[in-house]
Amino acid sequence: MEFNNPAENNVFDRAKVIGQPLRRIDGPLKVSGTAPYAYERHDAVPGQAYGYPVGSAIAKGRITNIDTSAAEAAPGVLGIVTTLEHDPIENLWDYDPVRHFGGDEILHYHQAVAVVVAETFEQARAAANLLDITYERDESANFDLSKTPQASGDSDADPVQNVGDFESAFASAAVKLDQTYTTPAESHSMMEPHATIAAWDGDKVTLWTSNQMIEWGRQSIAKAFDIAPDNVRLDSPYLGGGFGAKLFVRSDAVMAGLAARKVGRPVKVTLPRPMVFNNTTHRGETIQHIRIGADENGKITAIGHHNATNALTAVGGENATLPIVAFYAGANRHIVNAPAKMHLPNSNAMRAPGETAGLMAFEIAMDEMAEKLGMDPVEFRIANDTQVDPGNPDVPFSDRHFVECLERGAETFGWSNRNTAPGATRDGAWMIGHGVAGAYRPAPVQKSGARVVLEPDGTLRVESDMTDIGTGSYTVMAQTAAEVMGLTIDDVSIDLGDSNYPVSAGSGGQWGAASATAGVYAACVALREQIAERLAVAEGDLTFEDGAVRHGDTSTPLSQIGKGEEIAAEDSIEFGDFRSKEALVSTFGAHFVEVAVHAHTGEIRIRRMLAVCDSGRILNPLTARSQVIGAMTMGVGGAIMEEMAVDHRHGFFVNHDLAGYEVPVHLDIPSQEVIFLETTDPYSTPLKAKGVGELGLCGVAAAIANGVYNATGVRVRDYPVTLDKIIGQLPAV
Amino acid sequence: MKREHNGGITRRDLMIVGAATAATYAFPKVAYGQANVEAPASGEALKALDASLKSEVSFTVNGTARDIAVDNRTTLLDALRETLQLTGTKKGCDHGQCGACTVSVNGRRINSCLTLAVMHQDDEITSIEGLGTPDDLHPMQAAFIEHDGYQCGYCTPGQICSAKATLEEIRAGIPSHVTADITGPIEASDDEIRERMSGNICRCGAYSNILAAIKDVKGQNA
Amino acid sequence: MRAFSYERASSPQAAAQAAMARDNAKFIAGGTNLLDLMKLEIETPTHLVDVNGLGLDTIEETDAGGLRIGALVSNTALAADERVRRDYGVLTRAIVAGASGQLRNKATTGGNLLQRTRCPYFYDTNMPCNKRAPGTGCSAIEGFSRSLAAIGGSDFCIATYPGDMAVAMRVLDAEIETVDPDGETRTIPIADFHKLPGETPEVENELRPGELITAVTLPASVGGRHFYHKVRDRSSYAFALVSVAAIVNEDGTGRVALGGIAPKPWRDETAEAEMPNGASAVMRRLLADAKPTEENQFKVPLAERTLAAVLSEAKG
Repeated sequence: MEFNNPAENNVFDRAKVIGQPLRRIDGPLKVSGTAPYAYERHDAVPGQAYGYPVGSAIAKGRITNIDTSAAEAAPGVLGIVTTLEHDPIENLWDYDPVRHFGGDEILHYHQAVAVVVAETFEQARAAANLLDITYERDESANFDLSKTPQASGDSDADPVQNVGDFESAFASAAVKLDQTYTTPAESHSMMEPHATIAAWDGDKVTLWTSNQMIEWGRQSIAKAFDIAPDNVRLDSPYLGGGFGAKLFVRSDAVMAGLAARKVGRPVKVTLPRPMVFNNTTHRGETIQHIRIGADENGKITAIGHHNATNALTAVGGENATLPIVAFYAGANRHIVNAPAKMHLPNSNAMRAPGETAGLMAFEIAMDEMAEKLGMDPVEFRIANDTQVDPGNPDVPFSDRHFVECLERGAETFGWSNRNTAPGATRDGAWMIGHGVAGAYRPAPVQKSGARVVLEPDGTLRVESDMTDIGTGSYTVMAQTAAEVMGLTIDDVSIDLGDSNYPVSAGSGGQWGAASATAGVYAACVALREQIAERLAVAEGDLTFEDGAVRHGDTSTPLSQIGKGEEIAAEDSIEFGDFRSKEALVSTFGAHFVEVAVHAHTGEIRIRRMLAVCDSGRILNPLTARSQVIGAMTMGVGGAIMEEMAVDHRHGFFVNHDLAGYEVPVHLDIPSQEVIFLETTDPYSTPLKAKGVGELGLCGVAAAIANGVYNATGVRVRDYPVTLDKIIGQLPAV
Repeated sequence: MKREHNGGITRRDLMIVGAATAATYAFPKVAYGQANVEAPASGEALKALDASLKSEVSFTVNGTARDIAVDNRTTLLDALRETLQLTGTKKGCDHGQCGACTVSVNGRRINSCLTLAVMHQDDEITSIEGLGTPDDLHPMQAAFIEHDGYQCGYCTPGQICSAKATLEEIRAGIPSHVTADITGPIEASDDEIRERMSGNICRCGAYSNILAAIKDVKGQNA
Repeated sequence: MRAFSYERASSPQAAAQAAMARDNAKFIAGGTNLLDLMKLEIETPTHLVDVNGLGLDTIEETDAGGLRIGALVSNTALAADERVRRDYGVLTRAIVAGASGQLRNKATTGGNLLQRTRCPYFYDTNMPCNKRAPGTGCSAIEGFSRSLAAIGGSDFCIATYPGDMAVAMRVLDAEIETVDPDGETRTIPIADFHKLPGETPEVENELRPGELITAVTLPASVGGRHFYHKVRDRSSYAFALVSVAAIVNEDGTGRVALGGIAPKPWRDETAEAEMPNGASAVMRRLLADAKPTEENQFKVPLAERTLAAVLSEAKG
């Protein structure tokens, strides 16, 4: 099915099943511990051996020798694969051009250099430590972003947006801001570390793994092992989170495959948690130079944004400019993204890549500008709303209700009651502040397919390689199928994550739910057409409801259509370019927070949070809300604690475990409220839906930073906003 | 380029290769709590010792008696997940930093990753599988579904085991970091629940919903 | 984790003897820190002596009017003990400020005293670290040191003692009872128990080879209002940036010890004599010798301000 025009009134507008706050259909498995994750597939294949990986002890240089003799002699050891045995296995996917294994060259700390396979986990782990590895260290590498030319804030990299005459407009602006902001490297830190079981059958390989993008992974594994894609099967029905860390295959999958081939047995490999931080990917650091000019009335006339970020490869870095090009009005714009090649591990997508760091910085800048202008920060943002792409004013936003997000939020939150004077509100020992920030993220989609099977008993089975990383794919896809086929969700069963099923959009870029449900719709329409054919009527004349198909006065239960046989249909949704040519399809939001800062110690705690989201049709308000509160929680982490600290001498992230890299815990998270505007976006998908899981993270950290400013009068421009950065400016005690 | 081999040029660089290798250090015998000492690291030496490095242990898991032979190094977590193939208990960090491996031992919740299986002779262990099944859910499991107290589901078994223990610990009057008066009775306030659940990290950020689920069960018990 | 043999000890002295009888033996009780370190081969014992069956898990009143806490009393049980909550509130507050409910259920009184630093370089076996591998250098002094010691460190090591319980025990003047392989017992004041790193950061405490902690005794209650204010970025389940254990009397006198800022619980009885004169006066003495790094210099004003918060709360 091609989606070449904006959606019209359609089956989803009846919203009997879609849009309902149904409980997750995979819930009983998850709460009982019976949903199977990658490392747990004991049933998948017999004879699994344990592989334990070894990461490089240096950040840059090469390995001259690996003596495996001690490890080979250790109890239970079945085999050892070292990087020196293989040519580099790298560039497996265009968006992830890194080296996973192979060769003598070390490009980053904890690069995988060996995997030791043994009968038991304990034996493999012990033997892995017996490898005798000789390194030659290259000490010429720079690991400090602030020491790169890009960090100067005005490099001559080609602008991603250059509209009007920024320099003149900024120079002549009545009110100006010129500041630099920094955001640190962040770790996805999903709860399930990367893990894979690999088993070979001749030249065919199956990987039970934890991967967000099954087809990308299948192609990547085929390239890694130099076999045809059809000889690769990936199965990933449950993922313990990903947030972008599992968009691409990682070294666990490559090592499991290599090791299984070498020892002639299935091998399972998981990355030890302390290896995850430096072996895999992260959100890159940024140094952002922001200049904003406005007239006396608060209309922005000039936006300058220069983003420096660390990247090991050409595809890497946190492109903080992404939201800046389109979020706010402003006729003169000069926006530059400047990745700096550094031998830290490669940075790549982490939830709302680009928007997160970009809005962490820019939404503080907006707060600062509002203050300079003497405007309420909500009013300032409203004043600079745009209904067209500011870089290409002929292209309108398809459906943008940012102003309504701000207004609804301000009203619900009681924004007008706040004390606008910084550092002037106390609750005992705590200084109280309120902050706001805007949220913006595009709403991309990807081609997505599914297969639907009408069973002889009238129930429906859905199959797709789509993944559920906690987003609720199982549930919203089942809801979609139920809606289109006139069933209840209890009539629908669904299997996901297997590359034997039709290729879907996968989970990433907040395109998953919107695309995959559209794919299910396409498959269901194909099924409806088959049913119409069997009934010898036009599909458009049929009504599917209550488990039956009605034509005129005739109603036929779905269980009777196939006459004892199943009826299968498969199709994909393909999105036409009208979606990007005629309109800008994006999602919008506003975050409001109340923070408390201890007047003595500077401890920062969040007291309440509100998000208002404009994301088109909400497919399931229960799971969508969970996406947003989860993103708000991650935003708290980014605001006040998360930082992968770089050792500039050794070139690695030092705090590489979950004790050193702090993410929010229960006590950090207060009451959270989420409001979804009742919008639909016909330009987006046949369901008029857009993603929301990444939008929820955008701007959260800045709202908190702005709240800390309001509480204390201390403006912190370097994340995370921790007490050491404010304690020197707190009131005397 | 600077060449290094098991110690390199300066002492400072020693550990750059040493740690990933079998480099031996001649440490004196030292006392408990002091520096690490070198274990025999040759494969041959270990093979000779192999039998003495395993133990048999008997304990009860979810009401079923289990007698298993384990490597002394096997954690309770790996005994559950790998030896007994009870994979409901999750490994998130293997270092006591996330709580995904939470189980109950003799009625108290612990991190099963930081305890050896061999240390649990005669103990009664309850994992998520012992609380309820998809067809016969424990009220806490049902409440997590009702309130969407999860997303990816990986931390969920640990959250549920901790949630159950949290209400029990409050009822037992065990104080917490947020207890205002540690000599008085303890109310199951939101912050009491949040604090006691803080050893279970949920990166999906379902905390608010988990709190709602726990309060729901608390209300049922009241 | 290296392979090891395992035995269950039958008595405290037998445990001490068993530990002495073999090279590279260690006691294991709660295991929450030892196993963590063994997995990373930072600790590499070849023999473990499990002391969990030794009893040592009761809290008894002493003739002197104090408490004798068995070494195997769990953190949870100690924090929840009614006598501790009533008379030694700083101890309950310190314990429940640490780790998580799960870890406190397993961690023991004796083991908690022995928990090792959380310095990230100590934890990464690829990095030089004088504590883990003497003579290799200290990576932290010029590295990521935000969480590390601002006072009491040396040119060899700036690791902090990470615990909370011992900081409270320090203000309570606790004493540590031990038994050695010969059955000899001794009592070590907590002030002398933990060692500063000096040139031998691998030596962290006063224990001799084979010596086993059997109990911690607390003197009779000293009254006063008890506080433990632990400052951290995350609100729970995190190690202290700075913590203040304090007992404040009605006349403004009292006791104070700091955690998170030094290689051992940090107390100076002459400094705390300044308590009636306020936090600044105390800290001028207590932290007079501070040598913070650029990254952790905030701990000095933070310690003062945290004590000020406590004193302010004590005034109520």
